[in-house]
Amino acid sequence: MTLFKHEMRQARLSIIIWTASIGFLMAICILMFPEMKGEMDSVSDMFASMGSFSAAFGMDRISFGSLDGFYAIECGNILGLGGAFFAAFCAVTALAKEEKDHTAEFLLTHPVSRARIITEKLAAVLAQIVIMNVLTLAISVGSMYIVGEEIPWENILLMHMAYFLLQLEIGGICFGISAFVRRGGIGIGLGLAVMMYFLNIVANISDKAEFVKYITPFGFSDGADIITSGELDAAMVSVGMALGVIGIIAAYIKYTKKDIAG
Amino acid sequence: MVSKMKAIETMGLTKFYGKARGITGLDLAVEEGEFFGFIGPNGAGKSTTIRILTGLIKSSGGSASIFGKDVSGKKDEILADVGYLPSEAVFYNGMKVKDVIRLSADLRKRDCSAEATILCDRLQLDTEKKVEELSFGNRKKVGIVCALQHNPKLCILDEPTSGLDPLMQREFFDILREKNRNGMTVFLSSHVLSEIQRNCTRAAIIREGRLIAEGSVEELAKTSAKRVNVHGDVFLGGFKDVRDVQQFDGGVNFLYGGGMKELLRVLAAGRVTDLSIAEPDLEEIFMHYYQDEPQDTAALKGGEQNDTL
Repeated sequence: MTLFKHEMRQARLSIIIWTASIGFLMAICILMFPEMKGEMDSVSDMFASMGSFSAAFGMDRISFGSLDGFYAIECGNILGLGGAFFAAFCAVTALAKEEKDHTAEFLLTHPVSRARIITEKLAAVLAQIVIMNVLTLAISVGSMYIVGEEIPWENILLMHMAYFLLQLEIGGICFGISAFVRRGGIGIGLGLAVMMYFLNIVANISDKAEFVKYITPFGFSDGADIITSGELDAAMVSVGMALGVIGIIAAYIKYTKKDIAG
Repeated sequence: MVSKMKAIETMGLTKFYGKARGITGLDLAVEEGEFFGFIGPNGAGKSTTIRILTGLIKSSGGSASIFGKDVSGKKDEILADVGYLPSEAVFYNGMKVKDVIRLSADLRKRDCSAEATILCDRLQLDTEKKVEELSFGNRKKVGIVCALQHNPKLCILDEPTSGLDPLMQREFFDILREKNRNGMTVFLSSHVLSEIQRNCTRAAIIREGRLIAEGSVEELAKTSAKRVNVHGDVFLGGFKDVRDVQQFDGGVNFLYGGGMKELLRVLAAGRVTDLSIAEPDLEEIFMHYYQDEPQDTAALKGGEQNDTL
């Protein structure tokens, strides 16, 4: 538990900054909603008729005029991408930072097994992701309450659940990467998140690339899909979670045997 | 068990980084309670050896054990008895000195606050400062406290005095000697020979990844070599076993590793106004080991003790 606590203390500022940034952007969007709602009926038609651009963001399938539809597009992109970045950042630095910052020699010469170090760091990454998600959900729901809209609980919770799972997948994969790299991990992690995001956009545009949705976690957390179907795609989620678990297993295998650079 | 347990024992310990040599076939034995020096120039393999002992890297061959436990085994058990001071102590930015020291104790699941206070006091370490504001020497002090506060049975030190001023170095060695008297084994890696000669009982010399000599510090210093200082004229041409010849105004100074008879013959043939023959200090012996070809040093190590005066 010592290392877990230490990790959380070290991550405090990062959690605050990421949560505040994502939460702030989401709150702004929601606070703008009542004003936009009136104009949305006409705008919705326009948004829905922009061909593949509409398809890319799922705007052909849901209505901008309803809070959950609006939320799926606006906040979905903010929390989806922002959350993916946050998870990638937390996970990809978790193990690698000790070598990058030359603190590995301090930490790893204490009587703590490597497996234990990996476990406590992994727990800290999970805790950071959970905290960020709980807080952004609270900010989101709070903002809806402030603007006096009826809260579409089911869809909102379903979407937040999807984003949480998305972050778990990205986090798991990046945690695996973290065991292998010494530096440059942040670039790889954020690059991976961006790539996953664009893969989903490609899948939305082209029917032939539909299978890509199984690879990217943005596939099962596409707000438009969630609202139209009212559920998460179990197959896609399973594949995603499996990828995350593989990343974590890879981290254990690699880091318990790794030669630590001086 | 009656016989003393070895604090450190390596057999045929080998490490290659890809194709690059780290250490090859290192046999090392440090008895419990010893103050052991590990000497070698930069890149000889000192740190590699230490990094294997502390479990930071895995060996490519051979074995290493600490208090009879193989270092590839349970790290948490082995390191509980060990204190380690890295050559470059780096800590987590943003933390205060006292928090780092506390973290180190917590990771050991021990309350070492009493000993930590004493050590910080003796080393004049300000525990309220943030670690990133500290000078190199002060960071070293934090490392020293972390390595010693839990009163380990074995303390491994990698070039501990770099960055410490002479007064601090003395205080530091005082602390080490006190703890050594109370049973702590010290494994001191260094290229500062005087500090090994002054503090260690036994030492090993490492060169290009191989152990080239091991023994008591006195023994190591007492090779056949003598430092000969001659005022006057002597002809050294063709004279064997002479090294490190330094001509100076009115005389010559050299390191001599041969028989005394030959030396006396050469000196007698010359014109000598003043003469001194002295035991070289460890520093000179060290230069000796490093300037020679390996087979040459093997002969030296074999102890051709010609100096029966």
